[in-house]
Amino acid sequence: MFVALALPLADLAARTFGLLGLTLGANPIAALTDALGLWALRLLLATLALTPLRAATGNARWLLYRRMLGLFAFFYLALHLLMYFAVDQAFDWRMLLEDVAKRRWITLGFAAFVLLAPLALTSTRAAQRRLGRRWQQLHYAIYPATLLGCWHFYWQVKRDVREPLAYATVFAALMLVRVVRALRRRRGVGATPAGTAGRAGA
Amino acid sequence: MLIRRPADVRPSEITPPELYASRRRFLGGALALATASVAPALFADTGPAGASLNYRHNAELSSSEPPNSWQDVTSYNNYYEFGTDKADPAERAGRLKVQPWSVAIGGEAEQRGSVPLEDLLKPHALEERIYRLRCVEAWSMAVPWVGIPLGEALKRFKPTSRAKYVAFTTLKDPAQMPGQRWPVLDWPYTEGLRIDEAMHPLAILAVGLYGRVLPNQNGAPLRLVVPWKYGFKSIKAIVRIDFTEQMPATAWNRAAAGEYGFYANVNPSVDHPRWSQKTERRIGAGAFAPRQPTQLFNGYAQVAELYRGMDLRRDF
Repeated sequence: MFVALALPLADLAARTFGLLGLTLGANPIAALTDALGLWALRLLLATLALTPLRAATGNARWLLYRRMLGLFAFFYLALHLLMYFAVDQAFDWRMLLEDVAKRRWITLGFAAFVLLAPLALTSTRAAQRRLGRRWQQLHYAIYPATLLGCWHFYWQVKRDVREPLAYATVFAALMLVRVVRALRRRRGVGATPAGTAGRAGA
Repeated sequence: MLIRRPADVRPSEITPPELYASRRRFLGGALALATASVAPALFADTGPAGASLNYRHNAELSSSEPPNSWQDVTSYNNYYEFGTDKADPAERAGRLKVQPWSVAIGGEAEQRGSVPLEDLLKPHALEERIYRLRCVEAWSMAVPWVGIPLGEALKRFKPTSRAKYVAFTTLKDPAQMPGQRWPVLDWPYTEGLRIDEAMHPLAILAVGLYGRVLPNQNGAPLRLVVPWKYGFKSIKAIVRIDFTEQMPATAWNRAAAGEYGFYANVNPSVDHPRWSQKTERRIGAGAFAPRQPTQLFNGYAQVAELYRGMDLRRDF
């Protein structure tokens, strides 16, 4: 799993250094920034897909990958932000502040990063133990953060919104699954075994 | 199809594109070189291709900046008729049939009707102009176009005193232009200039690139180049030119009026609502090159007189 999640990075590194004849095209900075952002969003959605997968297959093994998927998502997101701020804007703080304040889509993307950073920092077992119930509440932040990610993508494109809408649709479907299951649980139909009732909802 | 004239300066003398390609490969390091040598030819940088044109290099109106490589100019294109990814046009434009080609002339002019492309070009000498190109997406290139002055071509149709604007229309044919199967924009693409803008000596109709016939992905067989405006004004694959009294509707303005104005002059102090226009990323400058400051009218200060007394913030 670790290897699979590192593959996009290996691919981008190969393109960056021109290995195997791979390239990033005429605008490598934009290509890298876009690719890293897309992988961050894909992995966030993949993380959110694990709980429904567990329910659908009845196999709890899916949840073992949740931490690693989430951390890789954050890792790609951090590189995405770093490409924009460090490479493209050359650490221009004024430009960063102006962009975050004035450009709605950058505001959203930055907000998603701010929401996810504490989740990455509290991903250890020790933090989980220390925070107890509050850990779970904190980690619900993945929902708004992923929503902001989809929205950020939607507002970023110039005109062709097909791709961002596809990602938003996946997000909506994953949320819908949760709503339907919650409603069913409340009505006492298809209730999950008591042992997992208080489980991590993400 | 085109008048043959001895070229004063060959494109290869101005900038050997191989030089840029090789520099980048050199920077990639020895390892990259070793791997690149076994890489399939598919991925290799290509030099200028296509039939050669005869033209005169116009040094006076050319930028002194080194042009981008043939590879960059022909592989990184915004041409939604072939798809919204910048790699789409190079992949899909091959099926566009550019010969025979004619342009319909209409509206407020004495000479109207269909003009074969050969006849449109015949009376004019082809010129090479190296122009900066500033995309509204805040990236830029320098491109060695070959073409004819737009104003001189337009005058032959004897526009009347009512011709206040010139409207241009791109081919609409979803069979040849697969991007038109989806209404990303309201097809066909249309653009327009005020007549005095169109008559400015910097505005050209381009038919070539790097001394070769224009590749399809760059707008073959006939495209507009207005170097002081954002790239989307420079409409491609032109099939219609109309002289009009009213300001014509333009494709991007129809799609998002708050973001893309009719004038669309390059202006660092008027931001796009969603991003800054103060700086630009020069394609081919390398990953660690800083962004460059964007210049008013893309550095073509001589056009400022066209807009004297206008509020460029309102008429963006």
